[in-house]
Formats: sequence, structure tokens, C-alpha cells
Amino acid sequence: MPEQRPELSRRRLLGLAGAGAAIGAAGFAGGIETGWASADPASAGAQSYPFHGGHQAGIVTPAQDRLHFAAFDVTSTSREDLAQLLRTWTRAAARMTQGLPAESDRLTPYDAPPADTGEALGLPAARLTLTFGFGPSLFRDDAGRDRFGLAARRPEALQELPHFPADHLDPARSGGDLCVQACADDPQVAVHAIRNLSRLAFGVASLRWSQLGFGRTSSTSTSQQTPRNLFGFKDGTANLKAEQPQQVEEHVWVDPVDDPRAGWLAGGSYLVARRINMHIETWDRTSLKEQETLIGRDRDEGAPLSGGNEFTKPDFDLAGRGGIPLIARNSHVRLAHPSHNHGVKLLRRGYNFTDGNDALGRLDAGLFFIAYVRDPATQYVPMQNKLSREDGLMEYLQHTGSAIFAVPPGAANDEFVGQALFA
Amino acid sequence: MTQRPLGLAALLALILPAAVACTSNTTSADAKGNDGAVSVTSTDDSCEVSADTAPSGNLVFHVKNEGDQVTEFYLYAEDGLRIAGEVENIGPGLTRDMVLRAAPGNYLTACKPGMVGQGIRHPFTVTDSGEEVAVTADEQELLDTANQQYASYVKDQTEQLLARTREFVRLYEAGRDDQARAMYADARVHWERIEPVAESFGDLDPKMDLREADLEQGQEWTGWHRIEKDLWPPRSGYQPLTEQQRQEYGDQLVADTTELYDRTRSMTFTADQIGNGAKGLLDEVATAKVTGEEEIWSHTDLWDFQANIDGAKVAFEGLRPLLSEKDPELEDTIAQRFTALQGLLDEQRDGDGFVSYTELSPSEVKQLSDAVNALSEPLSQLTAAVTL
Repeated sequence: MPEQRPELSRRRLLGLAGAGAAIGAAGFAGGIETGWASADPASAGAQSYPFHGGHQAGIVTPAQDRLHFAAFDVTSTSREDLAQLLRTWTRAAARMTQGLPAESDRLTPYDAPPADTGEALGLPAARLTLTFGFGPSLFRDDAGRDRFGLAARRPEALQELPHFPADHLDPARSGGDLCVQACADDPQVAVHAIRNLSRLAFGVASLRWSQLGFGRTSSTSTSQQTPRNLFGFKDGTANLKAEQPQQVEEHVWVDPVDDPRAGWLAGGSYLVARRINMHIETWDRTSLKEQETLIGRDRDEGAPLSGGNEFTKPDFDLAGRGGIPLIARNSHVRLAHPSHNHGVKLLRRGYNFTDGNDALGRLDAGLFFIAYVRDPATQYVPMQNKLSREDGLMEYLQHTGSAIFAVPPGAANDEFVGQALFA
Repeated sequence: MTQRPLGLAALLALILPAAVACTSNTTSADAKGNDGAVSVTSTDDSCEVSADTAPSGNLVFHVKNEGDQVTEFYLYAEDGLRIAGEVENIGPGLTRDMVLRAAPGNYLTACKPGMVGQGIRHPFTVTDSGEEVAVTADEQELLDTANQQYASYVKDQTEQLLARTREFVRLYEAGRDDQARAMYADARVHWERIEPVAESFGDLDPKMDLREADLEQGQEWTGWHRIEKDLWPPRSGYQPLTEQQRQEYGDQLVADTTELYDRTRSMTFTADQIGNGAKGLLDEVATAKVTGEEEIWSHTDLWDFQANIDGAKVAFEGLRPLLSEKDPELEDTIAQRFTALQGLLDEQRDGDGFVSYTELSPSEVKQLSDAVNALSEPLSQLTAAVTL
């Protein structure tokens, strides 16, 4: 029999490249392990997450440090092409999330381009997750045409988001038939994943827009420190966390009874993406007093201005001199808090971004907001309307991109992502 | 080429089953590896082949050069003369894969350290796996036909190019600018159809087809685009060429085109040159034509676009009978995507030609670009598919 060549994972190569492979690998894992071991004991110590499972990875998964988010237009008119693309993407995603090249080591002659683009060779899996979603335009196009015979199965809640006050949306950064959220601890691994998925899609789907994010702005696990956004404040303190399974069930995952015609979405979720530019320069010349008043928290600790520490529940009634509440009426914390939004919560998974600068020398920077919700119509739209209208922070914000996607449940081992939609 | 450093793979196999065990989360794919892979170690005086038999179908030889000289590896048919597969130019320390489709039969493997002589030969048997392997009897015939067709095409296009260029230059030198402008794109079509061949002459291409932005500081600008700018000058700040300059640049272009004509009379082409030429033409479209960078003064980019596609189509059609035997699925995909792209281009036709590039909307450009990507990706597999 011919000799077989073992297929190496990138991760394993890295372990070996370091001196004392076993120690190097264990040390690396150890650093991460302490970060989120309590989140999911079953996979504690792992540097990679399985692609297949009941829910897609990349939602309650402890937020990685880096993002490359991509939205695609389907250019083919064939339903079979679309299903085939999802099959191909599933196969590639299952491999790349394990630190393997995008395509199986098919027989690539020297005269052919390499199957994988190569820039992630030697890198670990870096906790890469790839999360796929379907936009409203996949079901019906602008002219109302049922493009792939899927319109009857479009979830009721999968509607284009309404225009919110002060929206300044760039169509070239909005919408999309398909999305892929690539999160990893190494930006090169995330970009490699999107690049290879784009390449595999040529002829069926083309990249519409994509966004790099360089620092997570949310924790999705209690074991993670609350990160800061580019305003310098801790963000997402009250976010839903993996350790709150009941709340996650209630607020994130679509239940089979939610929408009778979209049973395929049970166990999935809705993803709202908003590219929110920050007027960094004017913010930076705002007094700390004004900044904290607008946010409703103190900057150093992240404690609500009503007192306590970061995780103390805000007391919106506590008043100071003249009976004025310590947490201002138009503060972000008050307006966004579940107690002022009929108890609704979101699972936020946003990232800071900086796309260079504009012609006037201002940073083109802000927050790429990502939220996962069970029902955007009740959990996101009313809150965003209120924020856009009343939030004092809006003076420093401008929403420049927007998209919504239905995120199917995870794919079982022998399934492709979204398969139930095509059944 | 392999996707990962084989040196490390070998190292890994040697040193660390323990490390493999401690990374608990490996997938089963890691262990499986390739089907039909044979390892070859070539030194200056030996040729170790890890197996002397393999099942028919796709075969992969991982050839590692552990000698000090450049080596080659061959798989010969039983007669020791016909070459079933080869990899050349493997530098010391490097590993290269030889991939081929092998029918059942007796073969000979050979390493050729120093690239000379008979090589170090060993018998090699390909057993019948039951998998159907395309018959190769008339393959050479198909290749010969492809070569002849493509060589004739190149000859024909350079003939037309020369004739049209002469006419164009005559009008330009005579100051009949309207007529020269009307001929510009038509004449260049014949250049664009065989662009990779024309570009293969490293001395002629810069003299004939450089764009202003391609110039090095101090480099003299001649050729098509120099004249293009003079015929479609910018609104301000441009000094028109004098009559004498017109004649110099015009005559130079005719002389260079004549040289190109002479050199292409007896060219021959291999399958990989034709296949890579087709890919090269699509690369031209993707980087310069679909972006409107090729003809920044005349905006006749869509003529060039069409001509590049014409040339790629001819190359593809030449190799098509061979591809049809080797990979009919790829053949279908490429053919469909040529049709789709042509459909989009046809929407931009205007009279005998095309609309100006400036009339395209951003979404039309994106559509064209998507269709170019859709075609280029499978087309990049063409060479390997027909040479395997």
C-alpha cells in the first residue's frame, strides 16, 4: 500500500514549531482556559470549537478578539447552486474551524492554483467560529420575486429593518442575501476564512460588503472581562451570558412554536448588524462629566452613576440635588436597560472598528454592533427607535450600515448549514 | 503543490506521537491523509520509492530531493520511453508533488539527480482498481490539434493587427483624427485577443502597450496609449504632439507591430501555455478592463474586454475536446460561464461596438466583475485538468 501522509492541522504545526511542543501547546491553551473554563466545561482548554452542533457556534461562544464579517449577494438564480454553496461552505467551515485548510487536500497538481490560499498555514485554529445567516432578500428580491422558491418559508420576523431617526445608511455597507460572521483570536485566521469562503462562492455568490473588527466590545461569558468601546467606556456589562441558559433560551433562540411557517429556524436566532460610526474627535473634547452623564456609568469602573460597582443594578430612581436622577433621563444606560424596554434583552457581540480615516483627517471608526435576538420586532426595533430618538449619545453617533439575517440552527454532522430550509 | 510544509510533516511523523495525543481536539481527517500517495526520496545516487505498486486512478508522488544536485522525477511507460508523468527542477531540500492519472500496467520510476542520463530506475506496477481511467490514445492528437489551432489563431490575429495598425497610423499621421479615433479600438482588438502572447515578448510589450501610469520616471512613453492620449486629450494642460512627433510615434508602432508579426509566424504552443494564456486573459480583464484602467482617455475598455474574452474562448475551445475527456464537469461549468459573461457584455453593445466605459453604472460594473470572477475561478483549473 502506498504510504499515507497524515493531514496536519495548522494548530498542531504551531505546537511543534514552538520549542518543547507539548509544553508550548499546553501553555497556550492554559492561558485561554483560565479565561472561560467556567463557560463550557465540556470544551474547556480547547482552542477550537466544533462547527457542527445544535446551535451554530459564534453566538454564545465566548467572544473572540477579532471579527471579519461578510455579507454576500447570491448571483446565481438556481436553488440547487445555492444549496450546493451551503454544502461547500459547511465542509470548508468544518475544516477551517479545526485549523485545517479550507478544502480537503484534493489532488492539486503543480499546474493548478493551490486549494487553500495559504496565509493561515502554521497558525492555530485561534478559536475560529463561522456563523452563517440568511437575509430577507434571499427570500424575495426588491421586486418581490420569490428567487429560490423559499418565500413561503420566510420567517415573519425577517423583515428589512425600518428607517430609524438619524440613520445615514450606505447601501454599499448594508443588506445582503447571506452573511458569514468569522470570529477568531487572530485576525489573519478570520480573514483567511472569509477569503476562502468568498473564493468558493465565485459564480454563485459575490461579496457585497465586509467589515473588520479589531476588539470585542461585549462579553458573552461571565468569565470574560467587560471590554471597552472606542468611547473608552465598558460596554455590554448587562449583556446576556452563556452562563444564563434560561435567559438565553428566552431571548436568543427561536422556539419551534414562534413561527409555524419557519420551523427550519427553530434553534436559530436573528442577527442584527449595525455599523455605527463614532464622532471620535468631538467626543474626545467632551468633559468627563458630560461623557459619564451621557453613558450613565462612571468611566473607570463601569459602575452605574447611582453607585456600587460594575455589576450593581442601576437605581434609576435615585435622585441627587434638586431631585434630578443621578442616572440622566437621556442616558444610554437608562434608555437601553431591560427595565425600560419591557424586559427584553439582547445578546450583543459587537466589535470596535477603524477603517482608516476620512478626507478631513477624522478617524473612520466606531462600533460594529452585532446582536442576536429571538424576535427583532420586539427586542430590537422598539429599543433602537427610542435610542435613535432620545439617546444623548446620538450626537456622537451615526449609523452608516445596517443588515438583518435569520441565523439557522447548527448543522448536525451529516448536514449542511440551513439544510432544513431546503428540505 | 501541497498546502503545507512537508518538511514539518516528516518531522512530525518522526518526533511526536505524544504531542499529537495531547492536542485532544484533532479531527479524523488529520489521520486519513491522501489516497494513493507514494513517497520518493531522491539523493545524488539513490531513488527510494516507498511502494512499488499502487491502484489505478489518481496517483500522487511526493518527491523529496535529499541530494545536493537539482533533481527530476519521471514515471515512464513500460517501454521506458513514453513519459506518463514528470516533475522537473526540484532544488536540493525541496519537495514537490507529481499528480497524474494512471491506467493499470507496468511502469518505471526514475529519479534524475543532476537532470542527466537515464536516471535511477525501478519497476512500478499500477494494479487495476476498477476505476475507469480515461484512454489516452488520441490525447496527443487532441493536443496537436489544439496547438495547431491556437498557433493559426495567433498568426491570423497578428496579420489583422498589422493591417489595421498600418491603416490606423496612416490616418493618425495624416491628421484625420476622427477616422483614427473610429479605428483605434477596432485595431487594438487584435492585440487584446492575443495579449499574453504579445506580452511574452518582454522587449516589445513595454514599447507598444504601456499606460502612462506604468512608466518609470524618465522613461520614454511610446505605443498605443501615447497616441490614445493625443487623440483624446485631457481638457487642459496638454501639449498636442507635433506633426513630426506623430510620425515618429506612428512609425515606431508600425515597426514594433511588424516585429511582433515576424516573431509569431512559427510559434508553437503547449497545452499549459494555451490554458494559462486563457487564464491570463481573464486576469487582464479583472485587473484593467473591468476597472476602466486600460483606456483611460478613449474609454474603449469594453472592446478590449470583449477581445480578451474572445482570446480566452478560443484557447478554451482548442483544449475543449481534451477537457471533455478528462473533466466534463469542468468543461460544462466553464462553457456556461462564458455564455453568462457574454450575455452581460452583449447588453452593452452599441452599433458595431460598445458603449463607453463611462456609461456603465457601478452596479453594471459589479455584475460584469462577478461574472469575470465566476468564469476565472474554474478557468484557473483548466491547465491542470488537461495536463494531468
